[in-house]
Amino acid sequence: MTVATIFFTVLYYAAAAIFVVGMVVKIASFVRTPAPLKIPTPPAPTTTGGVLLRMLREIVLFQSLFKSNRWIWFLGILFHASLLLVLTRHLFGFLQPTWFWAVWVQTYFPYAGFVMVAALVGLWGRRFLVERIRYISTYSDHLMLALLVGIGASGLAMRFIEDTDLVTMKAFFIGLMSFDLQPLPVQLGLYIHLLLVALLMIVFPFSKLLHVPGVFFSPSRNQTDDPRAKRHLAPWAAKLEKT
Amino acid sequence: MTGPKKIEAPALRQSTAVAALQPDAMAGLKCYVANEKIQQAIGLPGKLAADWQETHDAAIAKMGELLGKYRSLKVFMDACVHCGACTDKCHYFIGTGDPKNMPVARQDLMRSVYRRYFTEAGKLFPDLVGARDLSKEVLDEWYTYYWQCSECRRCSVFCPFGIDTAEVTMAARHILDTVGYGQKYTNEIIGKVNNIGNNLGLSGPALQNTLEGLEEDLKEDTGLDIKFPLDVQGAEVLLITPSADFFAEPHIESLIGYGKVFHAAGISWTLSSHASEFGNFGLFNGDYEMMRKVALRVRKAALELGVKRIVVGECGHAWRVAYSFWNTLTGIGAGADDPFAVQLQSQLDHRYKQPAHICELTWDLIQQGRIKFDKSANDHRIITFHDSCNVARGSRMGDAPGGQFEIPRNIIRAVANKYVEMPQGTTREATFCCGGGGGLLTDELLELRVKGALPRMEALQQVVDQQGVNFMATICAICKAQFTKVLPYYNHKMSMVGGVHQLVSTAIRLGDK
Ligand code: HEM
Ligand code: SF4
Ligand code: SF4
Repeated sequence: MTVATIFFTVLYYAAAAIFVVGMVVKIASFVRTPAPLKIPTPPAPTTTGGVLLRMLREIVLFQSLFKSNRWIWFLGILFHASLLLVLTRHLFGFLQPTWFWAVWVQTYFPYAGFVMVAALVGLWGRRFLVERIRYISTYSDHLMLALLVGIGASGLAMRFIEDTDLVTMKAFFIGLMSFDLQPLPVQLGLYIHLLLVALLMIVFPFSKLLHVPGVFFSPSRNQTDDPRAKRHLAPWAAKLEKT
Repeated sequence: MTGPKKIEAPALRQSTAVAALQPDAMAGLKCYVANEKIQQAIGLPGKLAADWQETHDAAIAKMGELLGKYRSLKVFMDACVHCGACTDKCHYFIGTGDPKNMPVARQDLMRSVYRRYFTEAGKLFPDLVGARDLSKEVLDEWYTYYWQCSECRRCSVFCPFGIDTAEVTMAARHILDTVGYGQKYTNEIIGKVNNIGNNLGLSGPALQNTLEGLEEDLKEDTGLDIKFPLDVQGAEVLLITPSADFFAEPHIESLIGYGKVFHAAGISWTLSSHASEFGNFGLFNGDYEMMRKVALRVRKAALELGVKRIVVGECGHAWRVAYSFWNTLTGIGAGADDPFAVQLQSQLDHRYKQPAHICELTWDLIQQGRIKFDKSANDHRIITFHDSCNVARGSRMGDAPGGQFEIPRNIIRAVANKYVEMPQGTTREATFCCGGGGGLLTDELLELRVKGALPRMEALQQVVDQQGVNFMATICAICKAQFTKVLPYYNHKMSMVGGVHQLVSTAIRLGDK
């Protein structure tokens, strides 16, 4: 067992724990907090089915963003879609056997990683070039993009420069998930990639990446527009009627 | 000596390209702070504590409380990715160029404090994530810029996560209120409505006089006995309308319109001296209990008068409260099974929507053929329609989504021949606020109001130039008051703005029914 193997083993258990606990705590707080008033942004659906469709359009197509700003929409869709493809391709490293559709993505989208990095660079460029967005950007906004570009670039380097030993690596991760320690290949690009991914998992529940659970809980998007037909009362508000 | 600053309207833009930022352009414009008497009259601390620490702790505690009570606030604080899509969507930013009037920057005034006190990242690395301590300067900045937001929700439409700056503004104002830093205009009015029954402080007898005067004038004009009944027990409809309708121009023309509709359709109706105000400025402060208290007057009046239907007049923010919140706050609505709400709901006639907008009532009557019009009576007008932000983005009318856009337009087309739309992107859910909503309709904010009206004035100018529009109809008392004041700055006549029921009033057939 090398030091690196032990280090990454501990790091990934810690990162996974922080990610899971952090997200569960955050999502639980979203669930627990009531929405006392009906505030869907009109024109809003009047039925639950309509709300599901609206949410689907927001999550898959970024509908509101499309109406709002075509550049951000284009780069945003490009980034998220290629991220999705890249993540799917990664299933290969964790599953034995790999699902057929993941293999399909693996085969037909070999360059998704390049698109992802390009889209991130585009989004990052806006933070410098557009005065309004420069004004609102914090260090953490830049660092988040740097982190993702770093993950993408080191991942691409592993594939196209370093020729990583994927078989050993897969054994390491499957070992991690079954609590059966396996050695990690010795490769610098791989170490950097793994380090940054662990960092992403750790910061996820404490950063703006909370937009991922957030998008599902936004009352202006997920409420039905039926306040006259049904009485909507939060528990804390109902107490006012008892006094 | 410097005289009052002369306010000039910004030049209409030739293209929609966004101009350069003007940092702090509006930092000096702060509306009047409520005095102790005003604050205490509505149960709020009179002024800021002498000891800053006390104010600081109270503000943070209130913020924590609101984060636990409002999912909107909590999710909106966490979910913003600083993508910038909302940055050019606010009329106050467009009109002033002040970057703190960009929706996300306005939210960040609070988000920075949220991060510092309520997130691990902000506690450990404040500079990294843009977190900051709550200081007196920060609180002053809140006051300045949260009172430069009209809570119009335009930004929410365009945010990929629906983040609604209005919710943040309301929370900030609520916090400011509870540390003794309220706004004079809004809090004074809430005091009046609670003590006297309406925002203008019009007493019961004075209201009676006004209405009788109106009946006499109409008798002279039309030869008919068109009534404006007050406190009539057992009337079918209770009409709740903004008190500006009782005497302000052009508001009163719409009140006459409602009276004519009821007269022509033969519906018995009444106003209430106890609840002679539709406006509910509790909304502007984001204070649930304050809003509830104002709304409960309507519940009480409805129960006392034994009415079957509750119908409301032309007012934007109040229609948002009525449509979206009344059922929650007071049980005016349908579909409840708790004793509090059922007491009222069992009295109401559920063949009709409860509450109903006067436009819904009028449109139903038009469709049933129960009221008729001489459309040519409006031929001197070329009409366009300004969607008021709170109607467009805070409510609905009729049965289908978007009814709040269609029904007023349908009425206009039914009563007039010449109607044109303003450019796309400035109407319906993308409408621009008039510039005076959300508690900003006060003279010391006139500069903001004039500048904030810019996008609407640009759209109007286009239809004036191209189609000769000479009348902009709207269904909001604040829009009417704001435009009356602001139109002259853009070289239009103030009489250009009026209500939808003003048009109804002009064309409705009364005699030959
Ligand atoms: C339910 C899934 C998701 C939805 C609906 C979603 C939606 C969005 C939207 C609409 C934006 C704004 C447009 C843009 O800047 O791209 C955004 C930004 C962003 N998203 Fe997501 N996202 C999702 C998942 C993720 C995941 C899993 C990650 C990363 C691990 C991620 C990382 C980011 C980042 C870093 C930004 C900011 C980009 C910038 O700085 O300009 N998103 N997301
Ligand atoms: S709610 Fe309206 S006024 Fe307030 S920030 Fe959003 S767009 Fe501007
Ligand atoms: S559009 Fe929404 S997510 Fe993007 S910066 Fe504005 S508030 Fe934040």
